[in-house]
Amino acid sequence: MLELNAISIGFFIFTIFTLGGAIGVVTTRNLFQGTVWLMVSLFGIAGYMLLLSAPFLAAVQILVYIGAIAILITFAVMLTRSVTRVDERYIRTIPSLIGSLVLFLILIAGVTIPVFGGHEGAPVVVKTTHDFGLALVDGNGYVVPFMLASLLLTAAMIGAIFIARDEET
Amino acid sequence: MIPLWMYLAVAAALFSIGVFGVLARRNAVAILMAIELMLNAVNINLVAFWRYSETNTDLLLNGYVFTAFILIVAAAEAAVGLAIIISVYRNRRSVIPEDAHTLKG
Repeated sequence: MLELNAISIGFFIFTIFTLGGAIGVVTTRNLFQGTVWLMVSLFGIAGYMLLLSAPFLAAVQILVYIGAIAILITFAVMLTRSVTRVDERYIRTIPSLIGSLVLFLILIAGVTIPVFGGHEGAPVVVKTTHDFGLALVDGNGYVVPFMLASLLLTAAMIGAIFIARDEET
Repeated sequence: MIPLWMYLAVAAALFSIGVFGVLARRNAVAILMAIELMLNAVNINLVAFWRYSETNTDLLLNGYVFTAFILIVAAAEAAVGLAIIISVYRNRRSVIPEDAHTLKG
């Protein structure tokens, strides 16, 4: 079914990175190690985007997620460190485990049983980063969502500064 | 070429791991990390569907743009979420969501 070439080997390696990192994130006791596992997982996802011929998204994934969000989470872990060592890691372990397993089985059944027809073609023409940049500023394209996203990001950053500010100073 | 369902299966596994983390972890920062995992599973799905969709020239960038916007929203969500966690920690000396129960009534 699957021939052994560079793409399938890369897919296998990125799968190990992604799922292993994710399991590390939800099981590790030390949250510092958790952020490192999160970086491993996000790196694997960037590899998927590379395999799916979206190199710009892979670069953005590494820059934004690993470079900014994971570092931000590291800062939050450091700032809340003194009580981070909670005795038990989990609450409601068994129901959560059962619930996520049931969800996983439903999703796997949904993606492997081709209910809506198993179309397996890939487009011949793949749009490039150039097309993406043009579509973002095109009046018929995505210029309104693009501006809304910029506004949202600005408002969220100002709001985050306002919430986290120390009132005494 | 890798068939589409393998990407979807990986994304389903990642999403389920994230759901388990959100439901079961006690620390709020760990819950936020699990939410990031779930968002990334959705991103894999969107890029995979974009790549494997038929050649429809008008809609051919939708998945790509959706993924970029999810990245933006995830960045905003992480910034605001961590600010809220730090603010709660400053007031309550706790990072466990159950301890922030002022509005519980």
